[in-house]
Amino acid sequence: MQYYAPKSFSEAIEISMEAKGITRFLAGGTDVLVQLRADILTPEVLIDIKKIPEVGDILQNSDGSWRIGAAVPGAQLNEHKDLKAQWPGVVEAMDLIGSTQVQGRATLVGNLCNGSPAADSVPALIAAGASVTIISPNGSRDVSVEDIPHSPGKTTLEKGELISAVNLPKRNTNGGDAYLRLIPRTEMDIAVVGCGINLSVKEGLVSDARVSLGAVTAKVILVKEAADAIIGTSLDDKALTALSLAASAACKPINDKRGTIEYRTHVAGVLAKRAAQIAYKRARS
Amino acid sequence: MALDDQSKPYFKFVGTRPKRPDGIDKVTGRAKFGADSYAAGMLHGAIVRSPHAHARIKSIDTSEAEALKGVKAVVTRADFSKDIKFTSGKDSEHWNVLENVMADEKVLYDGHALAAIAATSALIARDAVKLVKVEYEILSHVTDVDEAMAIGAPVIRKGASDKSVPSGLHENVVSYYESGHGDVETGFTEADLIIEESFKTEATHQGYIEPHACLASLGSDGKGELWCTTQGHFSFQKVCAALLGLETSQLRVTASEIGGGFGGKTTVFIEPVALALSRKTNRPVKIVMSRSEVFRATGPTASTSMDIKIGMKKDGTITAGQGTFRLQGGAFPGAPGGMTAMCAFAPYALKNVHQIGYSVMSNRPKQAAYRAPGSPMAAFAVESVIDALCKKLDLDPIEVRLKNASRKGTKASYGPTFEEIGLVECLETAKSHSHYKAPLKKGQGRGISCGFWFNFGGETAVSLALSEDGTVQISVGTPDIGGSRASIALMAAEELGIPYDHIRCTVADTATLGYNEISHGSRVTYATGLATIKAARDAINKLCKRAAEKWGIPEEAVKWEDGHAVPSGPNAGDFEPLSLKNISEKMGKTGGPIVGHFEANPEGAGVSFATHIVDAEVDPETGKTQILRYTVIQDAGKAIHPSYVEGQFQGGAAQGIGWALNEEYIYGSDGRLQNAGFLDYRIPLASDLPMIDTVIVEVPNPGHPYGVRGVGETSICPPLAAIANAVSQAAGVRLTELPMSPPSILAALKAE
Repeated sequence: MQYYAPKSFSEAIEISMEAKGITRFLAGGTDVLVQLRADILTPEVLIDIKKIPEVGDILQNSDGSWRIGAAVPGAQLNEHKDLKAQWPGVVEAMDLIGSTQVQGRATLVGNLCNGSPAADSVPALIAAGASVTIISPNGSRDVSVEDIPHSPGKTTLEKGELISAVNLPKRNTNGGDAYLRLIPRTEMDIAVVGCGINLSVKEGLVSDARVSLGAVTAKVILVKEAADAIIGTSLDDKALTALSLAASAACKPINDKRGTIEYRTHVAGVLAKRAAQIAYKRARS
Repeated sequence: MALDDQSKPYFKFVGTRPKRPDGIDKVTGRAKFGADSYAAGMLHGAIVRSPHAHARIKSIDTSEAEALKGVKAVVTRADFSKDIKFTSGKDSEHWNVLENVMADEKVLYDGHALAAIAATSALIARDAVKLVKVEYEILSHVTDVDEAMAIGAPVIRKGASDKSVPSGLHENVVSYYESGHGDVETGFTEADLIIEESFKTEATHQGYIEPHACLASLGSDGKGELWCTTQGHFSFQKVCAALLGLETSQLRVTASEIGGGFGGKTTVFIEPVALALSRKTNRPVKIVMSRSEVFRATGPTASTSMDIKIGMKKDGTITAGQGTFRLQGGAFPGAPGGMTAMCAFAPYALKNVHQIGYSVMSNRPKQAAYRAPGSPMAAFAVESVIDALCKKLDLDPIEVRLKNASRKGTKASYGPTFEEIGLVECLETAKSHSHYKAPLKKGQGRGISCGFWFNFGGETAVSLALSEDGTVQISVGTPDIGGSRASIALMAAEELGIPYDHIRCTVADTATLGYNEISHGSRVTYATGLATIKAARDAINKLCKRAAEKWGIPEEAVKWEDGHAVPSGPNAGDFEPLSLKNISEKMGKTGGPIVGHFEANPEGAGVSFATHIVDAEVDPETGKTQILRYTVIQDAGKAIHPSYVEGQFQGGAAQGIGWALNEEYIYGSDGRLQNAGFLDYRIPLASDLPMIDTVIVEVPNPGHPYGVRGVGETSICPPLAAIANAVSQAAGVRLTELPMSPPSILAALKAE
C-alpha cells in the first residue's frame, strides 16, 4: 500500500490519476480505515487530503451561503453556533453518525463518498439543496448532492475527481430543516430509514419544500412528490397524510437484516410526517 | 459433607463494599487480558474457516499459503490426537470438541475451522489464510430447530443420538428429556381457563467484549504452556491435553484477566490450535480471534421453539402445566433441552406438571453455555402464558404467582423437594416495591416474571498461605468473572479477623493447585468461598497449635478470636493474646510455613429465584420499544459484597433487555451468518438502558457457612418474559417470538 499526503488539490488529483489499483481518498477515515482493519477492502493507494489548506474550514460567504471543507469533522459542525442555528437538520444528521470519538473524525464528504444508501447526512444535505465542489484535471465545478450517489458503495465521481467542499445555500429567514432516522437502538447504529426535510413557510403555508429519503432505495433520493404534497398547505393532517403516502410510495427497499420491505415503506411515511412537523416549527420560530 | 452452623449473628467484613483488588489494574490498563501475552520469537496464528453451512471437504491445498514468505506451518485435523473416537451422544465430548475445533471430513457450519496457519506476523497469517484452496462438495443444510426435526431434513451426523431418544424421531434429535408428576389431563379438566401458545427465541451471543485470545508454547517433548482467557483453565488443561495427545500434568495453563465470559469461555476453540501450531513450529504461537470469528464460531446460546399449555382456576390456582421445549444446539449434541424443561415450571408448586425437552442439531456453531442455559427461554414461554391467564381472568400477576409459589417442602416440577428458598420473599418484596405501584401512562406496559436457576458446587481446591508480615495470600483455581477475588478476600478476612486489604487472592495456574471446576453454574462465591472459609479454619487450627506450643497448654485450650489466638477460658491460663502476625513472623522457627487447605466437592449450592418488574413503552407507528424502568429482586442467600451482587443483577437485566428486544443470529437462505459484528448484532448501549434498580433478598442457603447462594445466572432468567409481558401490554398485542425488534412488533400490530 502507498500512502500520500499531498499539500494541494492539484497534487492530490495528479496522484489519483497516476494511481494503479484500488484508490481511496482519506479524510476522517471512519469508513476507509474500518474497512481496511476488518479486511473488507485494502486500498493500494491511499491519498490523505487533510494536509491540504482550507479542507478544515467552515466559511460563511458574503452572500450568506456556507462552504464546509472536505475534512471538517462532525464535532466541529456541531460546535459551530451560527451554522447549527441556520441548518440544524444538516448538523443534527451528521451528529447522529457514530460515537463521540467517530464525531471527532467523520466528515460530510466522507459520508457522501462512502456511497451508502443509509448515510445519515446525505438526505439532510439533499433536502437543504446543498451542492459539492468537484475538482478534476479539467478544473472545478459545483454539482448538486443528489447527483453524487449512484448505487450502494458507488458514486458518480470519475477517476481523478475529488470533492473539496460542501456548499450550503443561504438560510432564508422563514425556512427550517430537520432529519430523522429510525434505528432499533438509541445511538451508534445504521439508519433503517432516514428522512431529511427542508421547507419555507409564508403566512402559515409551506411555500417550498424538499424531501429526501435514505435507506429505502439503492441510493439516497430526492422525492418531489412528497414535497408537492405539502407545498401550499398549512401542514394539516390531510397534508401530512398525503406526505406520508407520497414518501412511502417512493420507497423501493429490500428485505435485509435491518428491516423488511413493509417496515421500511411504512416507517418512511412516519418519519416524513414527523420531520416535516419539526422543520415547520423551526421555520416559524 | 456436614453442614455448618448458620447462627453466626454478626459479620465484620462480609456485607461491606471495599474496592475490588483488580480494580486499579483494570482502570489503568495494567491488567493483562488474553491478548496481552507475548513471548520471544512468537508467531501469529490465523484460522481457515468454512464459508459454507454444510459441505464435504474434498481437498485442502495449502501449498500456496506455505510458500508465502513468513509462513512457518499449517495444521489440519491430522495434527491432532488420533486416539479420540466418535461415539454417540455427549459420551464422546472430546471428539465433539475436537471436531468443532478443527473439522475432519465435513464442515458443519459457516465459520467452522478446517486449517490454521502460523506466520511471523498477524497480517501475513491473515493473508495466507486466503491462499488456502479448499474444494467443497456443498451439502443441503438446515439452521431452524423445527425444520431440523422435520422429515427430510439433512442429517448433520449419523449415530449422534444418545439412548434417551425414542425411536421414530429425526436423527438430528440427539437427546430427549421428560419429567413431571400428577396427571396434567386431569388438571386441565379442573381449570376454568386454559391457554395454549407456541413461542420461538433466536440464538443470542454472550457478547463479551474481549475476543478469545491465547498464547501457546509446546515442545516436541510434550511439555507445554498455555496462557489464555478462560472461565476454567483446569478444564482447558484437560481438554487440550486430550486433543493433542499430551499428559495432562505436562501442560501448564495460566488464566489471564477475563473480559467477560457469561458461559461462553467455558470451552476451548483456538487454544488446541495454537498448541498444535506451536508443536509443529517449535515456537510460541499467539491467536486472537476477530469479532467476526467470535460471532461465527463461538458459542451462541441455543435457539428454541416451545409449546406451553397452562390451566388456571378463576382464583388463580394453576391446575396443570405442560411444556415442550425444542432446543437447537448447532452441529453438536449438548443443547440444554433437559435443563430448559426442568427450569420451566420450577417457581410453582404444581399438582400436575409435565415437561419434555429435545436437544436438536443443525448447521450452526456449537451452542455454548450462556448464563443459566435454557432457563431464560423457558421462563419467557411459561411466564408469558401465566401473564395472559392473569389478564383474561383479571387477576393481579404477583398475587397469582404468590398463590402458586414454590416454597420450602414443595416437590419441584423437576423432582426434588426444595429446602429453604426465597421465592415468596422476592414476590412479597416486589408487591410492596414502589415500582409496582407507580402509575403508567397510555402506551406503556408493566411486566412481571419469576425466574429460577439450580446453581452448582463442583470440584474446588483452595490454598491459603501466611506471610511473615501477617498478611495472607489465597490461591484459588476459579477465574474471577464477577468480582470473586473481593468476595473471597472478604470471607477470609471474616474468618481470620484481619483486614481485607491484608489479603491477596490470586487465580493460580494449573501447576499450583488441585483441580478446580470451571467458573460456571454461579458456583464461585459459593464453592470457592466455602473452600476459602474451610482453608482459613484449617490455618486457624495451625495458628492455635503454635500458640498452644508457645504457651505450653493443650491445643484445645486455645481459640481464635478477632484475629488473635487466645486461651479458650480462665482455666486455660492467662496469656497475652497472640495476633496472626505475632505467630506468623516466627513461624520459620516454630515449625515452618503455615498454610491452610481445603479440597472438596461442595454439594449444597442452593437454588435461587428472582422476580423482575419492568415498564416499557412502544411507539405504535414504528414498533420501537423503550425500557422505562427496571427492578431486579433476587435471593442472594447472603450478599458477601453487595455491590458485586447488584452488578450481577443489573448485568443479567441488561443482557436480557438486549436478548428480548434486538439481539439475534440472522442466517441467510445460504446458511451463512448475516450479522457477525456488533453493528448488526445489537447489544444494548448504555443509552438504551434505564437505571436498573436492585433489591437483594437474603434467605440463607443452609449449604454454605454464611448462607451464600450463587447470583450470576438467575438474574438473566426473568427478563425475557418480564419484558415480553410489558411490551405486550404496551403494544396491545401478545408477542410470542424473540427478539421483539421494531419490524416484528409493527408486523404484530398490523396483523391484529
